[in-house]
Amino acid sequence: MNTTTLNINGKNHAVQSEPDTPLLWVLRQDLGLTGTKFGCGMALCGACTVHLNGQAIRSCSTPLQAAAGQSVTTIEGATDRTAQAVLQAWTETDVSQCGYCQPGQVMSAVALLRSNPRPDDKAIDSALSGNLCRCGSYPRIRKAVQLAARKLAG
Amino acid sequence: MELLIADQQEKHPSPMTDGECSYAHPGNPNNAMHNLRTDRRHFLIAASLTTGALLVGCASPARQQTRNGPLALGEGQIALNGWLKLGPGNAVTVVLARSEMGQGVHTGLMMLIAEELDLDLGQLTTEYAPIDKLYGNVAAMAEGLPFRPDDQGLLARSMRWVVHGAMRQMGIMMTGGSSSIKDLWTPMREAAAVTRATLVEAAARHWSVPAAQVNMQSGQLSAAGKTPMSLAQVLQLLGPSPAPAERYTLKSPEQWRLIGRWTPRHDSPAKTLGQAVYGMDTRTPDMLYAAVTLAPVRGGRVSKHDAKAAGTLPGVSGVVVFEPLHGGSGGVAVVADRYWQARKALASLQVEFEGGPLAQASSESLMASIRSAIEAPDDGFGFWNAGKPLDILATSARTLKAEYSAPWLAHATMEPMNCTVRFDRNKATVWVPTQVPGMAREAAAQALGLDSEQVEIHVTYLGGGFGRRLEVDVVAQAATIARQFPGRPVQLIWTREQDMQHDFYRPACLARFEAALDGQGRIEAWYARSAGQAITPGYLKRAVGLPGGGPDKTTSEGLFDTAYEFPTVRVAHATVDLPVPVGFWRAVGHSHQAFFKESFIDECAHASQSDPLAYRLALLQKHPRQAAVLRLAAEKAGWGTAAGTAEDGAPMARGLALHESFGSVVAQVAEVSVGPQQQIRVHRVICAIDCGLPVNPNTIAQQVESSVVYGLSAALHGQIGWKNGQVQASNFHDQPALRLHECPQIETHVIPSTAHPEGVGEPALPPVAPAVANALFKLTQKRLRALPLQLSA
Repeated sequence: MNTTTLNINGKNHAVQSEPDTPLLWVLRQDLGLTGTKFGCGMALCGACTVHLNGQAIRSCSTPLQAAAGQSVTTIEGATDRTAQAVLQAWTETDVSQCGYCQPGQVMSAVALLRSNPRPDDKAIDSALSGNLCRCGSYPRIRKAVQLAARKLAG
Repeated sequence: MELLIADQQEKHPSPMTDGECSYAHPGNPNNAMHNLRTDRRHFLIAASLTTGALLVGCASPARQQTRNGPLALGEGQIALNGWLKLGPGNAVTVVLARSEMGQGVHTGLMMLIAEELDLDLGQLTTEYAPIDKLYGNVAAMAEGLPFRPDDQGLLARSMRWVVHGAMRQMGIMMTGGSSSIKDLWTPMREAAAVTRATLVEAAARHWSVPAAQVNMQSGQLSAAGKTPMSLAQVLQLLGPSPAPAERYTLKSPEQWRLIGRWTPRHDSPAKTLGQAVYGMDTRTPDMLYAAVTLAPVRGGRVSKHDAKAAGTLPGVSGVVVFEPLHGGSGGVAVVADRYWQARKALASLQVEFEGGPLAQASSESLMASIRSAIEAPDDGFGFWNAGKPLDILATSARTLKAEYSAPWLAHATMEPMNCTVRFDRNKATVWVPTQVPGMAREAAAQALGLDSEQVEIHVTYLGGGFGRRLEVDVVAQAATIARQFPGRPVQLIWTREQDMQHDFYRPACLARFEAALDGQGRIEAWYARSAGQAITPGYLKRAVGLPGGGPDKTTSEGLFDTAYEFPTVRVAHATVDLPVPVGFWRAVGHSHQAFFKESFIDECAHASQSDPLAYRLALLQKHPRQAAVLRLAAEKAGWGTAAGTAEDGAPMARGLALHESFGSVVAQVAEVSVGPQQQIRVHRVICAIDCGLPVNPNTIAQQVESSVVYGLSAALHGQIGWKNGQVQASNFHDQPALRLHECPQIETHVIPSTAHPEGVGEPALPPVAPAVANALFKLTQKRLRALPLQLSA
């Protein structure tokens, strides 16, 4: 069995899964990090969004070997200032309904706010259109991203 | 034999007058005063027989009645009924008998308990209810009858009464039909009120003061001059199995601190942080994972297979072939230590399939069957008949005719179908995101050869339901697979493609509308006939093994029960038997019938050169509730003023629609423009809703937003096509769902009301498609009569 080393949420982990296993299943199964969700398996819905070296990626379509030796942040490790602002804004706005897509939405929103601290609705739409929500939390997602931006601006 | 119906308290227990503990039973003057605790929700048959009057009480207990019956109690816990537990350390546990699939029902049910106990939501813990008929859903089932809401005739009243009684007896636990708060509004508040009265009485006895002098607030009981006691201290006074208070009073609306207030969802933090546990997040020791190959033809089965190669692959524990179960498709499962090992091993399986009854079917052949039904002389079952509309249509100088269509639709919940089962030979445990835990238990027991009592069900959070999780095909499949691995939990996970292609679809429908207009453009005759599959008979057959009979209300709902008044009318539906598996979907029949009805009303308004708002109001003269909702939406949208332009300068137009479903009335105005590639762009949807007493305005607004998005997704993109018995769509690239950039601004205006709470999870879905189509007509003069709405050919 191959061993691959990854840095997950600031800690190194040696995992045994085969190198072509999508990162999503490594997170969910080998590491028990079930906050990252399976939705489509084709990078179409964004439920599996995590950060690879700070960039939002779809873990369902990223093989383990592509993440080897690199730093992965999941919803469980989203603890920096930007993430805190987003998580607070999300809860205060009551964005979640079924909630299944929300960890992925949050991870996309954090990545957006790091690159664009004051996004308008158009920028929000463009950054988060890869994240599907079947419950229709979209109007509140827009509000929550704006609120998080205001929190970050202090 | 004459049936006298005594169901008024049951049908609409008034929230405003429930404060009294006794009421007089009609038809029983000699025994007029009954304690409400034992008699509320009892039913009487006063059967006048030639030999004299016979009074029969329903055997089923009142739903808030004294019993901890189904509840398992921990150390130091007590329960005065099945809806909440009290425990050491001031612990109050709410028993949740409905599934949380996004609609916020757990927060709503907690509010009902917290209100009567004067606690904050944060002071409550929760647990899922066990499976017991106490928790059966009565309101949703009573909704399924083919009678207009205003029909108070003997047949309608009798049938409602019979269904209420039968549902109380059967006790089917079901989350759906926008029914949870409507159904549990009275029993759960009463359960908490009884508990409160019991605690207050105990404190009063201890202090030797009248109960009226005891105050209970935030888990503390106090009285003038006495040292306050905590809930836990009073619990000590009560002892292990206390008798509940004989009398209790519900709070009056002026005393409410929570009900009617914008209340945050209790599940928000866990869901945002990724800590909420969905079916797929079930993790138990020694778990195996199953991936499946399903027959490509929906409902097909495996004819031949060779698993030798797959069986030797790394991590693989075994291969299981299964038949079509509970309406599902047959297939082969590979079970392995890791999910991805199982997925990869599927490629090494040698499998041949044979198609089921759908094998030769295509969209064209299936729609041709529906078309022959809509063209047949027999228009099917008449759900609503008044006067002779066909005679008037035959002779009228001015008639209008139009044909509409709607396709099959998938549910596409964000969490694909999954189920985890551990089989231990003489018992089993199931973890499943389901809307029907009792049916799930039955399906698992059947597949495992166990009695249902030997199967324990854990309902997880649902990553969306929308009616898909009223089906138990996946539970039966998971149990069949897990039976081969005793002692090891097996988690079955479907792919998105399987979820899309092995669904139970919203039925496709064709409809023809005809209206005769008088000289002023008023409707003299209204004739609406539709054709398509029925849902309920097939559902009952696969879910509980009972064949369903009689007209299926879902085929015509929204059409035959509209508040619009027509001098003469016929609304009929012809049921078409097709092998496509169809199931409940969000506001299922309403979802297309509202599109047909509200589009055709718009066509009538246009033909008579009337304003669509004024035209509808004229049809609602006897229906002030519906008219008020329509006026509010129109007013908030600025109906009658210029709609303006989109950001790119494209002109916008507004369209209007009104629809009633699940006891609630919703009107919507959509502001729409057309993009340079003929894209339909919806900028804003203004909604007004009358859902009776608005229990939590936060989740009401959220469900309106949710319904608009789900409805718009279907209106613009939803379409399941068939070729050689296979569903053509596979994933979100070829069956798109609405994305953030397509989402309009959504405004919700809730009508204040003191009436009984009505449905919230679905009623805002049906109006959105016609509101958009009507706006498009105004903008382009093109009348789009087929869903999904498409401007380019």
